[in-house]
Amino acid sequence: MNKTHDNRAWFFVLPVVALVAFNAIIPLMTVVNYSVQETFGDNVFFWAGVTWFEQVLQSQRFHNALGRQLIFTFTILAIEIPLGVAIALAMPRKGPWVPVCLVLMALPLLIPWNVVGAMWNIFALPDIGLLGRSLNALGFNYNFTRQPGDAWFTLILMDVWHWTSLVVLLAYAGLVSIPDAYYQAARIDGASSFAIFRYIQLPKMKRVLTIAVLLRFMDSFMIYTELSVLTGGGPGNATTLLSIDLVKIALGQFDLGPAAAMSLIYFLIILLLSWVFYTLMMRNEQQ
Amino acid sequence: MNKTKALVPILYIIFLMLPIYWLVNMSFKTTNEILGSFTLFPRDFTVENYVKILTDPTWYMGYVNSLIYVLINTAISVTVALPAAYAFSRYRFLGDKHLFFWLLTNRMAPPAVFALPFFQLYSAIGLFDTPIAVALAHTLFNIPLAVWILEGFMSGVPKELDETAYVDGHSFWSFFLKIFVPTIAAGIGVAAFFCFMFSWVELLLAKTLTSVAAKPIAATMTRTASTSGYELGLLAAAGTLTIIPGAFVIYFVRNYIAKGFALGRV
Repeated sequence: MNKTHDNRAWFFVLPVVALVAFNAIIPLMTVVNYSVQETFGDNVFFWAGVTWFEQVLQSQRFHNALGRQLIFTFTILAIEIPLGVAIALAMPRKGPWVPVCLVLMALPLLIPWNVVGAMWNIFALPDIGLLGRSLNALGFNYNFTRQPGDAWFTLILMDVWHWTSLVVLLAYAGLVSIPDAYYQAARIDGASSFAIFRYIQLPKMKRVLTIAVLLRFMDSFMIYTELSVLTGGGPGNATTLLSIDLVKIALGQFDLGPAAAMSLIYFLIILLLSWVFYTLMMRNEQQ
Repeated sequence: MNKTKALVPILYIIFLMLPIYWLVNMSFKTTNEILGSFTLFPRDFTVENYVKILTDPTWYMGYVNSLIYVLINTAISVTVALPAAYAFSRYRFLGDKHLFFWLLTNRMAPPAVFALPFFQLYSAIGLFDTPIAVALAHTLFNIPLAVWILEGFMSGVPKELDETAYVDGHSFWSFFLKIFVPTIAAGIGVAAFFCFMFSWVELLLAKTLTSVAAKPIAATMTRTASTSGYELGLLAAAGTLTIIPGAFVIYFVRNYIAKGFALGRV
Protein backbone atom coordinates (compact mmCIF):
# COMPACT_ATOMS: atom_id res chain seq x y z
CA MET A 1 0.00 0.00 0.00
CA ASN A 2 1.33 3.45 -0.83
CA LYS A 3 1.16 5.42 2.38
CA THR A 4 0.66 9.16 2.73
CA HIS A 5 3.44 11.04 4.48
CA ASP A 6 1.87 12.92 7.37
CA ASN A 7 3.56 13.64 10.68
CA ARG A 8 0.23 14.37 12.31
CA ALA A 9 -0.21 10.58 12.46
CA TRP A 10 1.88 10.88 15.62
CA PHE A 11 -1.27 12.01 17.44
CA PHE A 12 -2.78 8.60 16.77
CA VAL A 13 0.14 6.74 18.27
CA LEU A 14 0.54 9.08 21.22
CA PRO A 15 -1.70 7.16 23.68
CA VAL A 16 0.10 3.92 22.89
CA VAL A 17 3.50 5.53 23.26
CA ALA A 18 2.51 7.14 26.57
CA LEU A 19 1.21 3.91 28.11
CA VAL A 20 3.99 1.68 26.89
CA ALA A 21 6.66 4.23 27.79
CA PHE A 22 5.28 4.46 31.32
CA ASN A 23 5.52 0.69 31.67
CA ALA A 24 8.76 0.22 29.78
CA ILE A 25 11.02 3.20 30.32
CA ILE A 26 10.56 3.84 34.05
CA PRO A 27 11.21 0.20 35.05
CA LEU A 28 14.02 -0.08 32.53
CA MET A 29 15.70 3.02 33.98
CA THR A 30 15.30 1.54 37.47
CA VAL A 31 17.15 -1.53 36.27
CA VAL A 32 19.86 0.59 34.65
CA ASN A 33 20.16 2.51 37.91
CA TYR A 34 20.67 -0.62 39.98
CA SER A 35 23.10 -2.07 37.50
CA VAL A 36 25.70 0.65 38.07
CA GLN A 37 25.38 1.00 41.84
CA GLU A 38 26.30 -0.89 44.96
CA THR A 39 24.12 -0.95 48.06
CA PHE A 40 24.44 -2.22 51.63
CA GLY A 41 20.74 -1.79 52.33
CA ASP A 42 18.82 1.15 53.79
CA ASN A 43 18.53 2.71 50.36
CA VAL A 44 22.13 3.94 50.45
CA PHE A 45 23.76 3.55 47.06
CA PHE A 46 27.31 3.91 45.79
CA TRP A 47 28.49 4.29 42.22
CA ALA A 48 29.85 0.97 41.03
CA GLY A 49 30.47 1.62 37.36
CA VAL A 50 30.61 -1.45 35.19
CA THR A 51 31.69 -3.79 38.01
CA TRP A 52 28.49 -5.79 37.93
CA PHE A 53 28.58 -6.17 34.17
CA GLU A 54 32.15 -7.46 34.33
CA GLN A 55 31.26 -9.79 37.17
CA VAL A 56 28.23 -11.23 35.35
CA LEU A 57 29.94 -11.56 32.00
CA GLN A 58 32.87 -13.39 33.57
CA SER A 59 30.89 -15.63 35.88
CA GLN A 60 30.78 -19.31 35.10
CA ARG A 61 27.24 -19.42 36.46
CA PHE A 62 25.98 -16.98 33.82
CA HIS A 63 27.78 -18.82 31.03
CA ASN A 64 26.22 -22.09 32.13
CA ALA A 65 22.72 -20.62 32.33
CA LEU A 66 23.13 -18.98 28.92
CA GLY A 67 24.45 -22.22 27.46
CA ARG A 68 21.47 -24.17 28.79
CA GLN A 69 19.15 -21.46 27.49
CA LEU A 70 20.60 -21.70 23.97
CA ILE A 71 20.43 -25.49 23.98
CA PHE A 72 16.80 -25.32 25.11
CA THR A 73 15.78 -22.68 22.58
CA PHE A 74 17.39 -24.38 19.59
CA THR A 75 16.12 -27.82 20.59
CA ILE A 76 12.50 -26.71 20.83
CA LEU A 77 12.77 -24.71 17.59
CA ALA A 78 14.23 -27.76 15.83
CA ILE A 79 11.33 -29.90 17.04
CA GLU A 80 8.38 -27.53 17.01
CA ILE A 81 8.83 -25.89 13.61
CA PRO A 82 9.09 -29.08 11.46
CA LEU A 83 6.48 -30.89 13.58
CA GLY A 84 4.07 -27.97 13.35
CA VAL A 85 4.49 -27.76 9.56
CA ALA A 86 3.98 -31.53 9.20
CA ILE A 87 0.77 -31.45 11.23
CA ALA A 88 -0.54 -28.42 9.34
CA LEU A 89 0.12 -30.22 6.02
CA ALA A 90 -1.81 -33.27 7.23
CA MET A 91 -4.83 -31.28 8.35
CA PRO A 92 -8.01 -31.17 6.27
CA ARG A 93 -8.52 -27.86 4.44
CA LYS A 94 -12.31 -27.85 4.52
CA GLY A 95 -15.16 -29.53 6.31
CA PRO A 96 -16.84 -29.69 9.70
CA TRP A 97 -13.73 -31.04 11.43
CA VAL A 98 -11.58 -28.01 10.76
CA PRO A 99 -12.95 -25.74 13.53
CA VAL A 100 -13.00 -28.69 15.95
CA CYS A 101 -9.34 -29.46 15.25
CA LEU A 102 -8.33 -25.81 15.51
CA VAL A 103 -10.13 -25.20 18.81
CA LEU A 104 -8.74 -28.38 20.39
CA MET A 105 -5.24 -27.55 19.18
CA ALA A 106 -5.40 -23.99 20.48
CA LEU A 107 -6.48 -25.13 23.93
CA PRO A 108 -2.97 -25.55 25.43
CA LEU A 109 -2.20 -21.94 24.46
CA LEU A 110 -4.98 -20.66 26.71
CA ILE A 111 -4.02 -22.41 29.89
CA PRO A 112 -2.29 -20.23 32.51
CA TRP A 113 1.42 -20.99 32.53
CA ASN A 114 1.60 -22.09 36.13
CA VAL A 115 -1.27 -24.49 35.47
CA VAL A 116 0.69 -25.88 32.52
CA GLY A 117 3.61 -26.48 34.88
CA ALA A 118 1.43 -27.98 37.60
CA MET A 119 -0.40 -30.16 35.07
CA TRP A 120 2.84 -31.55 33.68
CA ASN A 121 4.20 -32.04 37.14
CA ILE A 122 1.19 -34.18 38.07
CA PHE A 123 1.27 -35.91 34.68
CA ALA A 124 4.96 -36.81 34.90
CA LEU A 125 5.31 -37.81 38.56
CA PRO A 126 6.88 -41.27 38.57
CA ASP A 127 4.48 -42.70 41.18
CA ILE A 128 1.09 -41.12 40.43
CA GLY A 129 1.47 -39.51 37.01
CA LEU A 130 0.25 -41.15 33.84
CA LEU A 131 3.43 -40.39 31.90
CA GLY A 132 5.87 -41.22 34.69
CA ARG A 133 4.10 -44.39 35.68
CA SER A 134 3.79 -45.59 32.07
CA LEU A 135 7.45 -44.95 31.28
CA ASN A 136 8.52 -46.85 34.39
CA ALA A 137 6.16 -49.70 33.53
CA LEU A 138 7.79 -49.86 30.09
CA GLY A 139 11.12 -50.46 31.78
CA PHE A 140 12.64 -46.97 31.68
CA ASN A 141 14.06 -45.74 34.94
CA TYR A 142 12.30 -42.38 34.76
CA ASN A 143 12.25 -39.77 37.51
CA PHE A 144 12.28 -36.14 36.43
CA THR A 145 12.82 -34.77 39.93
CA ARG A 146 16.04 -36.74 40.39
CA GLN A 147 17.69 -37.27 37.03
CA PRO A 148 18.82 -34.28 34.94
CA GLY A 149 18.29 -36.11 31.64
CA ASP A 150 14.71 -36.93 32.53
CA ALA A 151 14.10 -33.37 33.69
CA TRP A 152 15.26 -32.09 30.29
CA PHE A 153 13.13 -34.64 28.47
CA THR A 154 10.04 -33.59 30.45
CA LEU A 155 10.78 -29.89 30.00
CA ILE A 156 11.14 -30.21 26.23
CA LEU A 157 8.09 -32.45 25.94
CA MET A 158 6.10 -29.89 27.93
CA ASP A 159 7.19 -27.05 25.70
CA VAL A 160 6.39 -29.07 22.57
CA TRP A 161 2.97 -29.82 24.05
CA HIS A 162 2.42 -26.20 24.98
CA TRP A 163 3.58 -24.36 21.87
CA THR A 164 3.63 -26.60 18.78
CA SER A 165 0.00 -25.62 18.17
CA LEU A 166 1.09 -22.03 17.60
CA VAL A 167 3.30 -23.18 14.73
CA VAL A 168 0.50 -25.44 13.42
CA LEU A 169 -1.99 -22.58 13.41
CA LEU A 170 0.42 -20.20 11.71
CA ALA A 171 1.47 -22.73 9.07
CA TYR A 172 -2.15 -23.71 8.53
CA ALA A 173 -3.14 -20.07 7.98
CA GLY A 174 -0.43 -19.87 5.32
CA LEU A 175 -1.61 -23.08 3.64
CA VAL A 176 -5.30 -22.19 3.40
CA SER A 177 -4.39 -18.91 1.73
CA ILE A 178 -3.04 -20.79 -1.31
CA PRO A 179 -5.64 -20.64 -4.13
CA ASP A 180 -6.84 -24.00 -5.51
CA ALA A 181 -5.69 -22.93 -8.97
CA TYR A 182 -2.06 -23.37 -7.87
CA TYR A 183 -2.65 -27.02 -7.01
CA GLN A 184 -4.56 -27.63 -10.24
CA ALA A 185 -1.74 -26.16 -12.25
CA ALA A 186 0.74 -28.33 -10.36
CA ARG A 187 -1.35 -31.44 -11.02
CA ILE A 188 -1.49 -30.68 -14.76
CA ASP A 189 2.29 -30.32 -14.76
CA GLY A 190 2.50 -33.68 -13.01
CA ALA A 191 4.37 -32.28 -10.00
CA SER A 192 5.21 -34.71 -7.22
CA SER A 193 3.90 -33.98 -3.76
CA PHE A 194 7.40 -33.05 -2.68
CA ALA A 195 7.66 -30.60 -5.55
CA ILE A 196 4.30 -29.09 -4.52
CA PHE A 197 5.60 -28.70 -1.00
CA ARG A 198 8.93 -27.26 -2.08
CA TYR A 199 7.76 -24.83 -4.75
CA ILE A 200 4.18 -23.92 -3.76
CA GLN A 201 3.49 -24.53 -0.09
CA LEU A 202 6.83 -23.65 1.45
CA PRO A 203 7.19 -20.25 -0.27
CA LYS A 204 3.63 -19.38 0.74
CA MET A 205 4.34 -20.34 4.33
CA LYS A 206 7.64 -18.48 4.50
CA ARG A 207 6.18 -15.31 5.91
CA VAL A 208 4.06 -16.95 8.64
CA LEU A 209 6.89 -19.29 9.52
CA THR A 210 9.16 -16.31 10.13
CA ILE A 211 6.57 -15.00 12.58
CA ALA A 212 6.45 -18.46 14.17
CA VAL A 213 10.22 -18.60 14.58
CA LEU A 214 10.31 -15.04 15.94
CA LEU A 215 7.55 -15.66 18.50
CA ARG A 216 8.86 -19.05 19.58
CA PHE A 217 12.37 -17.69 19.85
CA MET A 218 11.37 -14.73 22.04
CA ASP A 219 9.01 -16.72 24.21
CA SER A 220 11.38 -19.62 24.75
CA PHE A 221 13.96 -17.14 26.00
CA MET A 222 11.42 -15.78 28.44
CA ILE A 223 10.15 -19.12 29.76
CA TYR A 224 9.84 -18.85 33.52
CA THR A 225 6.56 -19.80 35.15
CA GLU A 226 6.00 -23.27 33.67
CA LEU A 227 9.60 -24.17 34.28
CA SER A 228 9.69 -22.91 37.85
CA VAL A 229 6.57 -24.93 38.69
CA LEU A 230 7.72 -28.06 36.87
CA THR A 231 11.32 -28.42 38.04
CA GLY A 232 12.19 -25.13 39.75
CA GLY A 233 15.48 -25.25 37.82
CA GLY A 234 16.48 -28.58 39.31
CA PRO A 235 17.58 -31.21 39.91
CA GLY A 236 20.62 -29.24 41.07
CA ASN A 237 21.02 -26.57 38.42
CA ALA A 238 20.31 -28.88 35.51
CA THR A 239 17.35 -26.93 34.12
CA THR A 240 18.23 -23.48 35.47
CA LEU A 241 17.68 -21.34 32.38
CA LEU A 242 18.41 -17.59 32.31
CA SER A 243 15.12 -16.35 33.77
CA ILE A 244 15.20 -18.84 36.64
CA ASP A 245 18.77 -17.88 37.47
CA LEU A 246 17.85 -14.20 37.33
CA VAL A 247 14.96 -14.54 39.76
CA LYS A 248 17.14 -16.62 42.08
CA ILE A 249 19.70 -13.81 42.21
CA ALA A 250 17.26 -10.90 42.34
CA LEU A 251 14.59 -12.17 44.72
CA GLY A 252 16.34 -15.09 46.38
CA GLN A 253 19.65 -13.48 47.28
CA PHE A 254 18.51 -9.89 46.78
CA ASP A 255 21.72 -9.01 44.94
CA LEU A 256 20.18 -6.11 43.06
CA GLY A 257 23.31 -4.92 41.27
CA PRO A 258 24.33 -8.20 39.62
CA ALA A 259 20.67 -9.08 38.98
CA ALA A 260 20.10 -5.76 37.22
CA ALA A 261 23.27 -6.11 35.16
CA MET A 262 22.23 -9.63 34.22
CA SER A 263 18.72 -8.40 33.31
CA LEU A 264 20.17 -5.89 30.90
CA ILE A 265 22.53 -8.38 29.30
CA TYR A 266 19.67 -10.88 29.03
CA PHE A 267 17.37 -8.30 27.45
CA LEU A 268 20.07 -7.16 25.02
CA ILE A 269 20.67 -10.73 23.84
CA ILE A 270 16.96 -11.19 23.10
CA LEU A 271 16.80 -7.78 21.47
CA LEU A 272 19.77 -8.40 19.21
CA LEU A 273 18.63 -11.81 18.01
CA SER A 274 15.02 -10.65 17.59
CA TRP A 275 16.20 -7.68 15.55
CA VAL A 276 17.90 -10.09 13.17
CA PHE A 277 14.69 -12.11 12.76
CA TYR A 278 12.59 -8.95 12.49
CA THR A 279 14.76 -7.52 9.72
CA LEU A 280 14.50 -10.80 7.82
CA MET A 281 10.72 -10.78 8.28
CA MET A 282 10.30 -7.21 7.04
CA ARG A 283 12.44 -8.02 4.02
CA ASN A 284 10.07 -10.89 3.25
CA GLU A 285 7.05 -8.63 3.60
CA GLN A 286 8.40 -6.11 1.16
CA GLN A 287 8.87 -8.72 -1.54
CA MET B 1 -2.46 -42.42 1.91
CA ASN B 2 -5.37 -40.26 3.02
CA LYS B 3 -6.06 -42.43 6.05
CA THR B 4 -2.51 -42.20 7.34
CA LYS B 5 -2.65 -38.48 6.70
CA ALA B 6 -5.76 -38.11 8.85
CA LEU B 7 -4.00 -40.04 11.59
CA VAL B 8 -1.40 -37.30 12.16
CA PRO B 9 -3.76 -34.60 13.54
CA ILE B 10 -5.69 -37.23 15.50
CA LEU B 11 -2.56 -38.53 17.20
CA TYR B 12 -1.43 -34.99 17.89
CA ILE B 13 -4.75 -34.07 19.48
CA ILE B 14 -4.63 -37.22 21.64
CA PHE B 15 -1.16 -36.16 22.78
CA LEU B 16 -2.53 -32.72 23.64
CA MET B 17 -5.48 -34.10 25.54
CA LEU B 18 -3.61 -36.64 27.69
CA PRO B 19 -2.20 -34.24 30.33
CA ILE B 20 -5.49 -32.33 30.38
CA TYR B 21 -7.36 -35.59 30.91
CA TRP B 22 -5.02 -36.48 33.77
CA LEU B 23 -5.65 -33.11 35.42
CA VAL B 24 -9.44 -33.46 35.12
CA ASN B 25 -9.21 -37.05 36.31
CA MET B 26 -7.27 -35.98 39.42
CA SER B 27 -9.70 -33.20 40.18
CA PHE B 28 -12.50 -35.73 40.74
CA LYS B 29 -10.46 -37.94 43.05
CA THR B 30 -10.08 -37.84 46.82
CA THR B 31 -6.61 -37.08 48.21
CA ASN B 32 -6.39 -40.63 49.53
CA GLU B 33 -7.03 -42.11 46.12
CA ILE B 34 -4.49 -39.81 44.44
CA LEU B 35 -1.70 -40.66 46.85
CA GLY B 36 -2.67 -44.23 47.65
CA SER B 37 -3.28 -45.83 44.29
CA PHE B 38 -2.91 -45.43 40.55
CA THR B 39 -6.27 -45.35 38.78
CA LEU B 40 -7.14 -44.33 35.25
CA PHE B 41 -10.65 -43.28 36.31
CA PRO B 42 -11.73 -41.79 39.66
CA ARG B 43 -12.92 -44.73 41.77
CA ASP B 44 -14.57 -42.69 44.50
CA PHE B 45 -15.93 -39.97 42.24
CA THR B 46 -16.11 -36.73 44.22
CA VAL B 47 -16.92 -33.11 43.46
CA GLU B 48 -15.71 -32.03 46.88
CA ASN B 49 -12.72 -30.18 45.40
CA TYR B 50 -14.97 -28.08 43.18
CA VAL B 51 -17.41 -27.42 46.02
CA LYS B 52 -14.57 -26.12 48.15
CA ILE B 53 -13.34 -23.75 45.43
CA LEU B 54 -16.78 -22.42 44.57
CA THR B 55 -17.80 -21.79 48.19
CA ASP B 56 -14.56 -20.48 49.68
CA PRO B 57 -14.11 -16.76 48.91
CA THR B 58 -10.30 -16.94 49.05
CA TRP B 59 -10.58 -19.34 46.12
CA TYR B 60 -13.36 -18.01 43.96
CA MET B 61 -12.35 -14.36 44.45
CA GLY B 62 -9.12 -15.36 42.72
CA TYR B 63 -11.10 -16.07 39.58
CA VAL B 64 -13.05 -12.83 39.90
CA ASN B 65 -9.83 -10.81 40.37
CA SER B 66 -8.18 -12.46 37.39
CA LEU B 67 -11.19 -11.84 35.16
CA ILE B 68 -11.40 -8.19 36.27
CA TYR B 69 -7.82 -7.30 35.37
CA VAL B 70 -7.94 -9.34 32.16
CA LEU B 71 -11.05 -7.50 30.98
CA ILE B 72 -9.71 -4.05 31.93
CA ASN B 73 -6.47 -4.85 30.16
CA THR B 74 -8.25 -6.03 26.99
CA ALA B 75 -10.41 -2.90 26.90
CA ILE B 76 -7.45 -0.52 27.34
CA SER B 77 -5.14 -2.35 24.94
CA VAL B 78 -7.61 -2.57 22.07
CA THR B 79 -8.87 0.99 22.49
CA VAL B 80 -5.47 2.66 22.33
CA ALA B 81 -4.13 0.22 19.75
CA LEU B 82 -6.87 1.02 17.22
CA PRO B 83 -5.79 4.56 16.23
CA ALA B 84 -2.12 3.62 16.47
CA ALA B 85 -2.55 0.65 14.15
CA TYR B 86 -4.46 2.90 11.75
CA ALA B 87 -1.59 5.35 11.74
CA PHE B 88 0.95 2.60 11.05
CA SER B 89 -1.12 1.06 8.26
CA ARG B 90 -2.05 4.31 6.46
CA TYR B 91 0.67 6.90 7.05
CA ARG B 92 4.39 7.40 6.91
CA PHE B 93 5.63 9.62 9.66
CA LEU B 94 8.84 10.63 11.33
CA GLY B 95 10.37 7.57 13.00
CA ASP B 96 7.48 5.23 12.22
CA LYS B 97 9.62 2.14 11.59
CA HIS B 98 11.75 2.69 14.67
CA LEU B 99 8.68 3.26 16.77
CA PHE B 100 7.11 0.04 15.53
CA PHE B 101 10.21 -1.96 16.39
CA TRP B 102 10.49 -0.24 19.77
CA LEU B 103 6.91 -1.30 20.51
CA LEU B 104 7.73 -4.87 19.55
CA THR B 105 10.80 -4.91 21.79
CA ASN B 106 8.45 -4.61 24.73
CA ARG B 107 6.81 -7.83 23.63
CA MET B 108 10.30 -9.30 23.95
CA ALA B 109 11.03 -8.00 27.44
CA PRO B 110 11.19 -10.95 29.80
CA PRO B 111 8.79 -10.34 32.74
CA ALA B 112 11.51 -11.70 35.04
CA VAL B 113 13.57 -8.59 34.18
CA PHE B 114 10.75 -6.21 35.06
CA ALA B 115 9.21 -7.90 38.09
CA LEU B 116 11.07 -5.96 40.78
CA PRO B 117 10.99 -2.47 39.16
CA PHE B 118 7.30 -2.95 38.45
CA PHE B 119 6.68 -3.68 42.09
CA GLN B 120 8.47 -0.47 43.07
CA LEU B 121 6.78 1.64 40.39
CA TYR B 122 3.26 0.57 41.24
CA SER B 123 3.90 0.81 44.98
CA ALA B 124 5.17 4.35 44.48
CA ILE B 125 2.04 5.49 42.65
CA GLY B 126 -0.23 3.76 45.13
CA LEU B 127 -1.76 1.21 42.79
CA PHE B 128 -0.14 -1.86 44.34
CA ASP B 129 -2.57 -4.70 44.98
CA THR B 130 -5.29 -3.36 42.68
CA PRO B 131 -6.54 -4.97 39.46
CA ILE B 132 -5.69 -1.71 37.64
CA ALA B 133 -1.99 -2.23 38.40
CA VAL B 134 -1.97 -5.68 36.80
CA ALA B 135 -4.10 -4.49 33.89
CA LEU B 136 -1.70 -1.59 33.21
CA ALA B 137 1.39 -3.76 33.63
CA HIS B 138 0.05 -6.27 31.12
CA THR B 139 -0.41 -3.53 28.53
CA LEU B 140 3.40 -3.64 28.25
CA PHE B 141 3.21 -6.73 26.06
CA ASN B 142 -0.46 -6.63 24.99
CA ILE B 143 -0.49 -3.18 23.35
CA PRO B 144 2.40 -4.03 21.00
CA LEU B 145 0.70 -7.29 20.13
CA ALA B 146 -2.67 -5.61 19.53
CA VAL B 147 -1.04 -2.96 17.34
CA TRP B 148 0.77 -5.65 15.37
CA ILE B 149 -2.39 -7.72 14.79
CA LEU B 150 -4.64 -4.76 13.98
CA GLU B 151 -2.07 -3.29 11.62
CA GLY B 152 -2.05 -6.61 9.77
CA PHE B 153 -5.82 -6.65 9.42
CA MET B 154 -6.03 -2.94 8.51
CA SER B 155 -3.44 -3.25 5.78
CA GLY B 156 -5.75 -5.77 4.16
CA VAL B 157 -8.44 -3.08 3.76
CA PRO B 158 -7.89 -1.08 0.56
CA LYS B 159 -7.28 2.63 0.98
CA GLU B 160 -10.05 3.38 -1.52
CA LEU B 161 -12.50 2.73 1.32
CA ASP B 162 -11.13 5.74 3.22
CA GLU B 163 -11.08 7.96 0.15
CA THR B 164 -14.65 7.09 -0.90
CA ALA B 165 -15.89 7.90 2.59
CA TYR B 166 -14.26 11.35 2.54
CA VAL B 167 -15.75 12.03 -0.88
CA ASP B 168 -19.15 11.09 0.56
CA GLY B 169 -18.67 13.83 3.15
CA HIS B 170 -17.74 11.81 6.22
CA SER B 171 -15.49 13.48 8.75
CA PHE B 172 -12.51 11.43 9.91
CA TRP B 173 -14.04 10.22 13.15
CA SER B 174 -17.40 9.51 11.57
CA PHE B 175 -15.61 7.40 8.94
CA PHE B 176 -13.39 5.71 11.50
CA LEU B 177 -16.12 4.74 13.95
CA LYS B 178 -19.02 4.09 11.58
CA ILE B 179 -17.29 2.54 8.58
CA PHE B 180 -13.76 1.48 9.35
CA VAL B 181 -14.22 -0.15 12.75
CA PRO B 182 -17.13 -2.36 11.57
CA THR B 183 -15.07 -3.35 8.50
CA ILE B 184 -12.26 -4.73 10.61
CA ALA B 185 -14.54 -6.11 13.35
CA ALA B 186 -13.01 -9.58 12.89
CA GLY B 187 -9.54 -8.16 13.44
CA ILE B 188 -10.68 -6.36 16.60
CA GLY B 189 -12.19 -9.61 17.85
CA VAL B 190 -8.93 -11.44 17.22
CA ALA B 191 -6.85 -8.70 18.88
CA ALA B 192 -9.16 -8.75 21.92
CA PHE B 193 -8.87 -12.52 22.04
CA PHE B 194 -5.08 -12.34 22.10
CA CYS B 195 -5.04 -9.66 24.79
CA PHE B 196 -7.38 -11.80 26.85
CA MET B 197 -5.23 -14.85 26.27
CA PHE B 198 -1.86 -13.34 27.18
CA SER B 199 -3.21 -11.48 30.18
CA TRP B 200 -4.97 -14.61 31.40
CA VAL B 201 -1.95 -16.90 31.14
CA GLU B 202 0.67 -14.51 32.58
CA LEU B 203 1.43 -15.05 36.24
CA LEU B 204 4.77 -13.57 37.25
CA LEU B 205 3.75 -9.89 37.01
CA ALA B 206 0.23 -10.54 38.27
CA LYS B 207 1.64 -12.25 41.32
CA THR B 208 4.30 -9.61 41.94
CA LEU B 209 1.82 -6.72 41.80
CA THR B 210 -0.80 -8.12 44.17
CA SER B 211 -0.81 -9.37 47.72
CA VAL B 212 -4.27 -9.94 49.19
CA ALA B 213 -7.06 -7.81 47.79
CA ALA B 214 -6.45 -8.42 44.10
CA LYS B 215 -4.73 -11.81 44.22
CA PRO B 216 -5.21 -13.69 40.94
CA ILE B 217 -6.29 -17.32 40.86
CA ALA B 218 -2.91 -18.48 39.68
CA ALA B 219 -1.28 -17.04 42.81
CA THR B 220 -3.89 -18.65 45.05
CA MET B 221 -2.92 -21.96 43.50
CA THR B 222 0.78 -21.50 44.24
CA ARG B 223 -0.06 -20.81 47.86
CA THR B 224 -2.02 -24.08 48.15
CA ALA B 225 0.83 -26.00 46.65
CA SER B 226 3.31 -24.65 49.17
CA THR B 227 1.54 -24.12 52.48
CA SER B 228 -1.15 -26.72 53.06
CA GLY B 229 0.97 -29.68 52.10
CA TYR B 230 0.17 -30.79 48.60
CA GLU B 231 -3.55 -30.92 48.05
CA LEU B 232 -3.30 -32.27 44.55
CA GLY B 233 -7.02 -32.79 44.06
CA LEU B 234 -7.78 -29.19 44.94
CA LEU B 235 -4.93 -27.95 42.77
CA ALA B 236 -6.20 -30.06 39.86
CA ALA B 237 -9.74 -28.76 40.26
CA ALA B 238 -8.52 -25.15 40.34
CA GLY B 239 -6.40 -25.83 37.26
CA THR B 240 -9.32 -27.36 35.42
CA LEU B 241 -11.43 -24.30 36.15
CA THR B 242 -8.76 -22.01 34.68
CA ILE B 243 -9.05 -23.81 31.33
CA ILE B 244 -12.76 -22.97 31.00
CA PRO B 245 -12.57 -19.20 30.27
CA GLY B 246 -9.99 -19.86 27.56
CA ALA B 247 -12.11 -22.56 25.96
CA PHE B 248 -15.06 -20.20 26.15
CA VAL B 249 -13.44 -17.21 24.39
CA ILE B 250 -11.82 -19.39 21.77
CA TYR B 251 -15.28 -20.52 20.68
CA PHE B 252 -16.09 -16.96 19.57
CA VAL B 253 -13.07 -16.59 17.33
CA ARG B 254 -13.05 -20.17 15.97
CA ASN B 255 -13.56 -19.04 12.36
CA TYR B 256 -10.77 -16.46 12.49
CA ILE B 257 -8.39 -18.41 14.63
CA ALA B 258 -5.93 -19.43 11.92
CA LYS B 259 -5.81 -15.96 10.37
CA GLY B 260 -5.61 -14.43 13.81
CA PHE B 261 -2.61 -16.47 14.82
CA ALA B 262 -0.93 -15.33 11.63
CA LEU B 263 -1.49 -11.79 13.00
CA GLY B 264 -3.73 -11.02 10.03
CA ARG B 265 -0.77 -11.33 7.68
CA VAL B 266 -1.82 -14.00 5.25
